Amino acid sequence: MPIHEKSLIRPENLREQESLDIDGIDVSGPWSTFIESRVVNDYNENLEDEVSAFPGGSLIHRCWQCGACTNSCTVNAINPDFNPRFWIYLVRLGMEQELIRDKDIIWQCVSCHKCTHVCPRDVEPEGVMKALSHWLEYKGHTPKSNSMHFDEEFYSQVLKTGKIEEGRVIRNYFNRTSQPLFQNWLIRMVKGMIRGLPFVLMIKMGIATLLRPKTRNWKASSDAISEYLDERVEERNSVINRTDQQEGKHGQE
Amino acid sequence: MDKNENLRKDLQRVAYYPGCALEGSGHAYNRSTKQVGKKLGLDLVEIENWNCCGAMEVKNIDPEIQNFLSVRNMSIAKHKMGFDVVMAPCNGCYHNLKKAEHDIAHREPTRTALEKLSKKSKVPEYKAGDIETIHALDWIKHAIGESNLARQVKNSLKGLKIANYYGCMYTRPRHIFPEKDQGENSESTSNPHFMDDLLRAAGAQIIDFPLKTACCGGAHTLSDCDTSTRLVLNILQAAETCGADVIATECPTCHTGLEMHQIRAEETLNITTKPVMLYFTQLLGLALGLSPRKLGIQENISDSLDLLRQQGLA
Repeated sequence: MPIHEKSLIRPENLREQESLDIDGIDVSGPWSTFIESRVVNDYNENLEDEVSAFPGGSLIHRCWQCGACTNSCTVNAINPDFNPRFWIYLVRLGMEQELIRDKDIIWQCVSCHKCTHVCPRDVEPEGVMKALSHWLEYKGHTPKSNSMHFDEEFYSQVLKTGKIEEGRVIRNYFNRTSQPLFQNWLIRMVKGMIRGLPFVLMIKMGIATLLRPKTRNWKASSDAISEYLDERVEERNSVINRTDQQEGKHGQE
Repeated sequence: MDKNENLRKDLQRVAYYPGCALEGSGHAYNRSTKQVGKKLGLDLVEIENWNCCGAMEVKNIDPEIQNFLSVRNMSIAKHKMGFDVVMAPCNGCYHNLKKAEHDIAHREPTRTALEKLSKKSKVPEYKAGDIETIHALDWIKHAIGESNLARQVKNSLKGLKIANYYGCMYTRPRHIFPEKDQGENSESTSNPHFMDDLLRAAGAQIIDFPLKTACCGGAHTLSDCDTSTRLVLNILQAAETCGADVIATECPTCHTGLEMHQIRAEETLNITTKPVMLYFTQLLGLALGLSPRKLGIQENISDSLDLLRQQGLA
């Protein structure tokens, strides 16, 4: 079938002929572009439930596809392929394979909250983006993103001491993601930071690095948080296992 | 006093939640906030044994755990210290406390989760409305007001061209800030102006700056450096084009992000931008006659001393 808005179609689904003659009529030029016809039959009917089970994704069912999220999106302005509305659409339809095509950019949401600000249905699209990137990692479609490494490092420190020490977060994060700590711009930044630092403060910050700032009597909170998270993770796994069982696969370990 | 300014006496003494960043990279913001408060006769009482708010990270592990982190702080301020108002100068902390308040008031699953977590942690139960969270901007704007502030100015910021940068978390999403967009005297989420109002009262020339609430990529400042550098460059170049010498900030993450990626843009893209970054509390402090040292101005990575000397402010 001839089409008018090529930008909406994936390039691999387009067929273009240099010259074409149909029933004696010359349809060369723009009219000779066609969409490859196909039937989608690999739906994951539980996709919306799965994504909803990840932190931030629970309100996805409210979406009515107005597109305000994509229009307001900071990352979309840099990369037009970053399209929250479209991804929410695919999830609700259960089109897992289609969604996976954008797996390498979904994690790049910068959490500016413009989408959540304008969303008329309180979907919290920003949270849905986070849920989606975790889902992609959980299902093994992508390796853990740098952003997820950072979140995990941050969370582990909060869980342990109730506070974070920025230097430690940064060092451990660079370590986890095997990035060199000595990059020109980082060195210049640290120099700039030390330049004006009063001696006493420098000593104080040094001590904080060694002793780590702590919230006192944090253990009860830390235990409660761990236990709560374990329950959430178990619930999430059971949702995913349900899909796998329906598809006759083995359950997640 | 200007009759349009409804000043609030109850903000003379508030609970103070500095947060982790203000004990690290944002220490100059911490120091200048305290100094300005002292100079203006306002009292800050730090929340006892506070914990991290979870920033932009813990919510990605679980949003209710993040809400619990905020609730523990608010509960201590209310039930152990007897305060009704918490002031948080960091946009991240401020946002998270507001978000927790909103979710408790509007979402049953949040209430159930928090009840459970609070009980196990032996944190006194927090109820919607127990605490009013305000930002450092609200605090000075509503406790002192522009006309009182103008009267106390010793060194006018006259001639200093400032673009005010508010970032994301101070105004978004609008539904967690029910007090904003309520007409005169309230803050606007689409065009915030409290920092403009205060710095104008201190004599500065406020530049029309269209990227007031643009994103600096702060949440991915280290995990997606290239995107953050690009977003920060937008902000720096727009400010420069608009004629600003200074970008005034009110968030430690934004401030450090702008400083960090200004350097990174020079190193990796060879693009140099001129504006220097100063916390709005440092600028107010200078106007009130406090020394740059007291306000931690030499502790900023962005070097603004030459500019301030030219203007006779340092």
